[in-house]
Amino acid sequence: MRRGLAAVAVSLLLAGCGGSGAGEPTLTVLGASSLTEALGRYGESFPGAKVRSSFAGSDQLAAQIEQGARADVFASADTAYPAQLHRERLVGKPVVFARNRLLVVTPPHGTVESLADLTEPGTRIVIGDPSVPVGAYTREVLGRLPASEQAAILDNVRSEEPEVTAVLAKVAGGAADAGFVYATDARTVAGQVRTVPLPPRLQPDVAYAAAVVSGSSEEEDAQRYLEGLLHGAGGADLREAGFLPPR
Amino acid sequence: MRLRSGFGLLALAAAALAVAFLVLPVVAIFADVSPGRLLDALGEESAREALWLSLRTTVIAMVLVVAVGAPAAYLLALKRFRGRSLVLAAIELPLVLPPAVAGIALLAALGPDGILGGALAGAGLELVFQTAGVVVALVFVSAPFFLRQAIAAFAALDPRLLEAARTLGAGPFRAFATVAVPSARPGLAAGLALAWGRALGEFGATLLFAGSLEGVTQTAPLAIFSAFNRPGGFTSALALSAVLIVLAATILVGVKLLGADRAVEAPPQVR
Repeated sequence: MRRGLAAVAVSLLLAGCGGSGAGEPTLTVLGASSLTEALGRYGESFPGAKVRSSFAGSDQLAAQIEQGARADVFASADTAYPAQLHRERLVGKPVVFARNRLLVVTPPHGTVESLADLTEPGTRIVIGDPSVPVGAYTREVLGRLPASEQAAILDNVRSEEPEVTAVLAKVAGGAADAGFVYATDARTVAGQVRTVPLPPRLQPDVAYAAAVVSGSSEEEDAQRYLEGLLHGAGGADLREAGFLPPR
Repeated sequence: MRLRSGFGLLALAAAALAVAFLVLPVVAIFADVSPGRLLDALGEESAREALWLSLRTTVIAMVLVVAVGAPAAYLLALKRFRGRSLVLAAIELPLVLPPAVAGIALLAALGPDGILGGALAGAGLELVFQTAGVVVALVFVSAPFFLRQAIAAFAALDPRLLEAARTLGAGPFRAFATVAVPSARPGLAAGLALAWGRALGEFGATLLFAGSLEGVTQTAPLAIFSAFNRPGGFTSALALSAVLIVLAATILVGVKLLGADRAVEAPPQVR
């Protein structure tokens, strides 16, 4: 009886650890929130390995890698975090695999119709936290505006969200009047939000970089995964989701 | 139980495992943070602001929870009516709601597009992205902890005590305030401690319903999350966590003492 219980406990522990058993290796991909759909699709049809993807703010993923999280690929919504982790020898050499654009989303029947409306007092604006790439890009955009406009918009910021999907949700849910997100995010909720494009002079250079995590037990597959993002099925999935080529 | 028996040893091992498992992570936080770093963390403007906001919002929430919850619990404990068990189950529902679900539920009810959103806006009351919204989220998730304990505490009172008070001419309010509340004090204090602890730790409902903005809605748990998300911010997050643990433990012990204090005194005199 006791041995039976112990066996149950041990097997529960093992099940919790998610051992994939023999056969296909498991590739763990840590991806920026904005990559959820594209990399989700890419992972599902990735040949030769089972891909387990975890999506969150790139800053959070970078912090997890710094804390020793075991992963094989890190795909960030910027180039700064992969470069920083590369300097710390925590990931291999990063490659830029996609680009994106920033824009403003508003609820379908909202009051914001142009960038100028963002300066109207009382407009509820939601942006990303300064440490998450979308928040950094947003501040870059605001930094290119005249000081008075920038101050007026920052005054209207009601929340700094941990990831871009949270910004989008606050706007799509009608809680906020406007939010700064990536063009690809707006596509995922088409119909629930309206978009206000940014003029080219304000547009930041949104580049996505990925790298193989140092000490990955599936380095070959991880490398193959990166290749696919650049030239294969992953690239096609990214394009389909609206991402721009790395150029 | 004989500890020498096979089961006794097994139970002993289980108890040791349980205690070690629950205590280790908390100890690890303090092991990783030097006292100097702890003070540095308190020196950070954003950390102080977050702690101060947490303290303010949880105190307001607890005042609301007790002021409304105590009489409500009193009524629910003493009155028998049809559908009572349904009501009791309903007020405990937030206990089992995932915090994120609580946040979404609050948005659906009180958000700008929510059921009562129009009415609230008409009254000039804004909750989303406001400190008031944080308080609402805290009350929603913590009130059931107080209500549960308070109902149990009032229900356990000797009915003769309240009867005696009334026979001696005390009105219903006096009986409640001078007899029921003091007698139920240990249970009420235990409920308050649990509710306060839950409110201090509130994260998901606050983030979803009220958002996160320094000084306005970014409470200590949200600030910890934000610090953790900054690469290299792990130490800041640890330090702020340590401060929050100390604060929560102080409140837990303080409130419990408050309840115990009266319990050892002579039972309330009914004259």
